[in-house]
Amino acid sequence: MPAARPELDLTPTGTPAPVEAPPALAPEGEPGRRPARRSEFVYFAFRNWKFVAGVLLVLAFLGLAIIGPLVTDHKPLEFSGPTDAPPSRDYWFGTTSFGQDVFAQFVYGLRATFLVGCVGGGIAWLLGAAVGFTAGYRSGWLDDVLNMLTNVVLVIPTLAILIIVAAYLNVHSYVTEAVLIGLTSWPWAARAVRAQTFSLKTRDFVDIARLSGRRTRQIITTEIAPNMSSYLLMMFILLFGGAVLIGASLDFLGLGPSTSVSLGLMMNNAYLSSALLLGDWWWFLPPGIGIVAIVGGLYVMNVGLDEIFNPKLREK
Amino acid sequence: MSLRVDDLAVYYDSLRGAVKAVDGASFEIADGEIMGLAGESGCGKSTLGKSLIRFDARMRYVRGKVELDGRELPVWDDARMNPFRFKDVSIIPQYALSALNPTRRIGKMAAELLASRDVHLDEVLPELRRRLQLVGLPEDVLERFPLELSGGMKQRVVMVLSSLLDPSLLIADEVTSALDVSTQRAVAELLVEFRDRGFVKSMIVITHDLSVLYQIADTILVMYAGKLAEKATAETVVHDSRHPYTRMLLSSLPEVGVRYEEERLKGIPGRPPGLIDPPVGCRFKARCPFADARCEQEPPFCAIESGHEAACWKAA
Amino acid sequence: MIRYLARKIVIYLLTFFVAVTIDWAIPRFMPGDPIQGLLSRMHAQPESQQALTSYYSKAFGFDVPVWKQYLNFWVALFHGDLGVSIANFPTPVWDLIRGAVPYTLALLVPAILLSFWAGNKVGALAARRKTLDNSVLPASYILTATPQMWLGIVLAWVFATTLGWFPVSGAYDLSLQPAWSLEFAVSFLHHWVLPFLALFLVAFGGWAIGMRNMIIYELEADYSNYLAALGAPTKLVRRYAYRNALLPQITGLALALGAVVAGAIVVEIVFSYPGLGTLTLGALQNRDYFLIQGIFLFLIIAVLVANFVIDIAYVFIDPRTRIGMQGGS
Repeated sequence: MPAARPELDLTPTGTPAPVEAPPALAPEGEPGRRPARRSEFVYFAFRNWKFVAGVLLVLAFLGLAIIGPLVTDHKPLEFSGPTDAPPSRDYWFGTTSFGQDVFAQFVYGLRATFLVGCVGGGIAWLLGAAVGFTAGYRSGWLDDVLNMLTNVVLVIPTLAILIIVAAYLNVHSYVTEAVLIGLTSWPWAARAVRAQTFSLKTRDFVDIARLSGRRTRQIITTEIAPNMSSYLLMMFILLFGGAVLIGASLDFLGLGPSTSVSLGLMMNNAYLSSALLLGDWWWFLPPGIGIVAIVGGLYVMNVGLDEIFNPKLREK
Repeated sequence: MSLRVDDLAVYYDSLRGAVKAVDGASFEIADGEIMGLAGESGCGKSTLGKSLIRFDARMRYVRGKVELDGRELPVWDDARMNPFRFKDVSIIPQYALSALNPTRRIGKMAAELLASRDVHLDEVLPELRRRLQLVGLPEDVLERFPLELSGGMKQRVVMVLSSLLDPSLLIADEVTSALDVSTQRAVAELLVEFRDRGFVKSMIVITHDLSVLYQIADTILVMYAGKLAEKATAETVVHDSRHPYTRMLLSSLPEVGVRYEEERLKGIPGRPPGLIDPPVGCRFKARCPFADARCEQEPPFCAIESGHEAACWKAA
Repeated sequence: MIRYLARKIVIYLLTFFVAVTIDWAIPRFMPGDPIQGLLSRMHAQPESQQALTSYYSKAFGFDVPVWKQYLNFWVALFHGDLGVSIANFPTPVWDLIRGAVPYTLALLVPAILLSFWAGNKVGALAARRKTLDNSVLPASYILTATPQMWLGIVLAWVFATTLGWFPVSGAYDLSLQPAWSLEFAVSFLHHWVLPFLALFLVAFGGWAIGMRNMIIYELEADYSNYLAALGAPTKLVRRYAYRNALLPQITGLALALGAVVAGAIVVEIVFSYPGLGTLTLGALQNRDYFLIQGIFLFLIIAVLVANFVIDIAYVFIDPRTRIGMQGGS
């Protein structure tokens, strides 16, 4: 469940089928008929329009984030053009109240957004996985302690903590902001991972690994994690989306870095400059559309992945 | 009253083609008869059983006629089939252990189920209590939640509930498969008792375990790869079977008390054919030691002597 | 059961303790001196700065050692004293919060309850009707991916600035005073609609998706299949599925509270709605540390209490946990 949108739950569709169970359609009496496992994923992946649509959407904006700043002549914070100008050939997305190029702000802002999503989501993912695996695999006092820690961080409203910290810390870079977000959004991921680890722990192949003397960390990384790989991937996508949304809120409150630009900051500036009343729709619409497209694309991609990994949903 | 099935075919739709799970089944069950339906996993016996009461989401009716007590059962039409369910045809499902709503007290769920079928709980409550007692369950089980019952208790609750309205035909789908041997015996004996007391008229007991069927079934129908192989009285099937598959199946059963020092346990080499593209002719020919050129043509399932049908050119 | 409750209480107390400590600690250990900031904004004369510094130090309790400040903080907290606002000196923080809370609640409570109810209902409907599913699902994904403040801006732009159907800021017409009158009520509602929608729509999307998935899962469960096999009408099967699907949604509600509160804050800012959000913005801009601390302490505690209530209530709602506590047979 993403920190900003906990209503999206990974669990309803159940655990994706573990790696070792092939679909039971064509029995092994026909050798060579079934595609190999990895190309089976590819086979199903590209037939799933949700996955494809989501990936394309996200990649399109990623491409825009990478190429855009190279294509545009203006710098995002440069006061170059006329103020409050609607989109034109010189300024594709128009200009702000300060004469800045909105398109330049948009594409540079996309970069910041992807950075925050990746780093913030990544840190939350690592922390959540580490805590979740450890708590789930090693019961006993370690589990209790980690559980308590998870609960404590979980209940405290993320944005509240972030506002307090960011208000005093004067965040200077998006990496810092991302780190802060990552450090506060991991609890639900930890819980989910713990629950999955719990159920996998009792499976036979883990017992065998343990009997053959494997160490805990090895067991987690070589036996348990690969069986949850699809789940972990989907979790990362949700965390990515969640980090983007939280980052946008922080930037909107003016708590993000002020030296560079992000989509949330664009919205903040637009709001503060009464772009709403001035009717500068080209200023405040694109950043939101960008976020909706990226996060929405990620969520849809996630649904597609769920269908790909979970054969039961596949043939609907 | 009796059941008559005429050339019933039910396929599963899958991405790679139709799986011909049941491909032309014709048989009769007389009033008061317990027919065992046996075969290995994937032979279609569960599909056949389920198709007589309710089609799964992926099952597709292809052709065939089903008559119960002289009336045609519209198995292909979910809505028109509904009046027959529970009252004329009933089922003890394979998943009996999880067949009860976990958040509802058993008595309440039963009452609501019965009410929805226009049966007032008051009318059947004395009988329900009597039957619960018969199967060895305490009366207060109606006040409990499924969580509070053991697996065996839940199994028996489902047995009682499914047969509560005295159906003409009861389908018992793998009811003994998940149980230990002594409980298997108890459940099997209960099934016979249900028939003897007239709670149900006829029964189809689906299992892969021939030894259970030998104990309780009047007749046994053996299936292989979607087709019927042999049907005869239990005695005949076990001691005087004519179909090669049945013979090999029986000889691959270990005998209790016998030590195999001189011989090896015989299995049946090979695997059943895939059902998406089944072979032409007899489906067992690839593994049959007696197969010859004639087996390229599919043998009909017909009587080789009174009360004994088989689908094999050699059996006549 | 008692042990379970006791454990829960301990965890919540611990969380409360940690939250309060964080809330108190962070401003203390951050760079920057609040009093200097205040003085510079006051444009105080250099001669009076010394006197003012010592006055404020005493007023804000900076003149005692840190550990004593911490203890004083707890003592004050139990007296309901959240300190004094720096920017609005000498108004107590609690008074400012008290004035803003009703507006925030007016947005939050209906938004949470209605989005939960409507989202679940529509999600359940979408789960069983393919045509509805094809429209509800993409719409819900878009809604749940939308930042609330942006939706607020868009709604304001379309319905307020462009169409002029609704006002763009405030909670009521500035010419009116808050009073129990019809005129005020109408004005209040008029101003309330857009910010409410911004919160409601986003949350709705999330619940709809979640419920749809849960219903599909429940409709495929063994008990659903069994009921259908015995000829139960779809109405009964759906009713059971709905009740069972609601349970995890309720758990989700507890977890979603933090996010909804965050949304309310930013939406209020967009509409200059006089709730905690606008109060926060002002506090941040003025570097009013005590007010920020106070607001967040209030929010954290409110969310904690709500979580606790839902957590405990859930044990009684779900027979499985209730029975599990009492020990199954």
